[in-house]
Amino acid sequence: MQQRDFDIVIVGGGGAGLRAAIGAAEQAKAQGASQHIALLSKVYPMRSHTVAAEGGAAAVTSAEDSHQAHFDDTVSGGDWLVEQGVADYFVHHAYQELVQMERWGCPWSRKDDGQVQVRRFGGMKTARTWFAADKTGFHMLHTLFQTSLKYPEIERFDEYFVLDLAVHEGAVIGVIALQIATGELTLLRAKAVVLATGGAGRLFRFNTNAGIVTGDGMAMAYRHGVALRDMEFVQYHPTGLPGSGILITEACRGEGGILLNKDGYRYLQDYGLGPETPLGKPENKYMELGPRDKLSQAFWQEQQAGRTGKFGDSDVVYLDLRHLGEKYILERLPFICELAKSYINVDPVKEPVPIRPAVHYTMGGIETNPQCETSIAGLYAAGECASVGLHGANRLGSNSLTELLVFGRLAGEQASQRAAQTEWADERLLEAQGDRQQAKLLRLCDGTSSEENWVELKHAMVQAMESGCGIYRTEEGMRHSLDTMRQLRARFNKVRVNDTSKIFNTELLECLELECGLDIAEASCLGALERRESRGAHQRLDEGMQKRDDVNYLKHSQVFYQGDAHAELRWQDVDVRFSAPAERAYGDAGKGEKA
Amino acid sequence: MSTEQISTNVISTQSASTKHISVKRYLPDNSTETYWQEYDLPVDDSTSLLDALNHIKEQLDSTLSYRWSCRMAICGSCGVMVNGIPKLGCKTFLRDYEGDIRIEPLAHFPVQRDLVVDMEIFLEHLAAVKPYLIDDNPVKPYDPNAPETYQQTPEQLERYKQFANCINCGLCYSACPQFGLNPEFLGPAALTLAHRYNLDSRDNGKKQRMAELNRHDGVWSCTFVGFCSKVCPKHVDPAAAVNQGKVEAAKHTLIALFKG
Repeated sequence: MQQRDFDIVIVGGGGAGLRAAIGAAEQAKAQGASQHIALLSKVYPMRSHTVAAEGGAAAVTSAEDSHQAHFDDTVSGGDWLVEQGVADYFVHHAYQELVQMERWGCPWSRKDDGQVQVRRFGGMKTARTWFAADKTGFHMLHTLFQTSLKYPEIERFDEYFVLDLAVHEGAVIGVIALQIATGELTLLRAKAVVLATGGAGRLFRFNTNAGIVTGDGMAMAYRHGVALRDMEFVQYHPTGLPGSGILITEACRGEGGILLNKDGYRYLQDYGLGPETPLGKPENKYMELGPRDKLSQAFWQEQQAGRTGKFGDSDVVYLDLRHLGEKYILERLPFICELAKSYINVDPVKEPVPIRPAVHYTMGGIETNPQCETSIAGLYAAGECASVGLHGANRLGSNSLTELLVFGRLAGEQASQRAAQTEWADERLLEAQGDRQQAKLLRLCDGTSSEENWVELKHAMVQAMESGCGIYRTEEGMRHSLDTMRQLRARFNKVRVNDTSKIFNTELLECLELECGLDIAEASCLGALERRESRGAHQRLDEGMQKRDDVNYLKHSQVFYQGDAHAELRWQDVDVRFSAPAERAYGDAGKGEKA
Repeated sequence: MSTEQISTNVISTQSASTKHISVKRYLPDNSTETYWQEYDLPVDDSTSLLDALNHIKEQLDSTLSYRWSCRMAICGSCGVMVNGIPKLGCKTFLRDYEGDIRIEPLAHFPVQRDLVVDMEIFLEHLAAVKPYLIDDNPVKPYDPNAPETYQQTPEQLERYKQFANCINCGLCYSACPQFGLNPEFLGPAALTLAHRYNLDSRDNGKKQRMAELNRHDGVWSCTFVGFCSKVCPKHVDPAAAVNQGKVEAAKHTLIALFKG
């Protein structure tokens, strides 16, 4: 087993991981030191799922806007389950991070005078979302990746799958990684480790996420005793393409697109988001610019009432952009046009686009403190894999691209500071943990025939998550999903990998990802079942639980791993130091509110 | 809105039929020989080649290895040869093919296994052109406490925007006969990326990049076959970038001569 030593190991090469790597390198430089940073990713960094983000990144930009307003939108958007100190830090550091991206070459869309352009986004009081056409995540990821090439102290390990963290006496001491191309294990000893491994949208059957979004980093931290927090909150994006779930950005609505049911009626006015705004005159926090949880819930209600249309086998509503005109659509939303034409043969310039909600984002994740540190010393987490507490029960669109910059940088800087004051652990400790991982792989690939089929287990997992933990949930449905996850976890022990090759064994990776998925799916189901109220993206149909209950549930859920036994749940207080819980109001109902 | 304007049946599971595809296999643990493996699978109008590969992986043969991720033509992972033409698997639809479909790993790259090729040389070429904004003496250095952007008009953005849309899928390298002959050739994507930064009004790094571009393995290896632009799934037009790069390189040489 090869062993290498680094000051800092970063797991994940998406936006948060790259920003952390650059942040750590800059921090070390500012201290007059040079630290050696390893950046591991199971795919080449520019393949990371940040690449698929479309709409934009939020920061207070115009003179009329204020940090207070962005804070209030975020807290109310998150149904008061947001860590308010964290949100306050976030809104105050958002703008400088977007400017930093600009200084690194990100091709932000511009106004005629050469200033950066902003667009409207759902749940935001005013236009504050920076964008690069409708490929914002793509441009941010490539800008970060290309900029990272300037730093020789960042050594990349592309296509390395991290199997486990090495932890000793409550502190992280390194990671154990599988080189996908050779099947060999590498031990990376480290003084600090940053997890930036992305979300877990692939727990669900119908989603907007890339195949790699399987929650591996969450499972890794969880298995070492770090709490997964608020995992019951899973965001359904209101506009995915039928069939595939491919994302159609919220920016379509920010630019003035409207949503229609099968009768051509703008149904959102019936769900507390009206009155109807004039065509081509979108208004913040009204109608199509409501938050994602409310819009996805409105779809479900329309579907129950029989007012959705059909596209193939899918129930759909329609996103109409035609009134924006061809020139404007092609300038602002070129990727949407390409996607709709390629994947469902619909030209948004000429036809309304059939869409339906799809699982999009994991609000919860690895619990960290406001400095991105977990309960394991030296272990940090940032981006979608983390729960630093910014999104609460529902994330606002365009807060997450900014989040991965603000907290990716912070995590990198914290890791750098930690590494400067820490020594490497005894390398034999790492070897012992590496041996355990090797033994596990040998068991999975022992050449015996599999008593359980991983494909069957995966399909059972994604079906159960969708049926029990969807847009609206019931006690019975969630209990069934939780039982299913517990059975599937037990059955996974009998899975064997059919492919015994060491070289680029993607079946082995699928099995490892599934094992991660099953662990965190149990946490998600348990959080959902135990939260006996409705809040943000967690909506229950059960009697007496259809409203928010601040008396009993103004709390984060924390789920703790218990090995083969059932996971355990605890509740944690929410930081509400600046803004007392109030009613979330949009449309005219929200006119008088503070935000 | 009348109901006639709404598409309702483009994705049709009714039209399910069977297609035959042949995949070139290479399993170096077992043998250094490649071989063709045949698969029959159900398809409908919406089935992409990537869907087909995933179907094979999950239902027919779990040992087939290939790369994929976003399945929406933006991550650049799933390039393969389809009947000899480089394509993204997720943006290639089986409905567009009559008869047999032959799938091979991307040409001109070393094959690691099955449809997986070694992209290291591609990454090295990208890094070689200094693909980042270079502005060594900015008028106003970045200050996080008083952050200020550069100014860039929509016209200035327009000059390089198209060349910034490369997803690094590598299809253009498989299309490029020169890269096939000489892997040291920087190739279409790297030269396009260099051009993207050279055209950026915020950048002052052209001189630093020119040394790399203006050598035999730089722009001058391109013989303007133009196949790179034809196969580009994002319409980046690398051939245009490379040939505009030649003009710049020639100017750079002339200026250097006069400065002598």
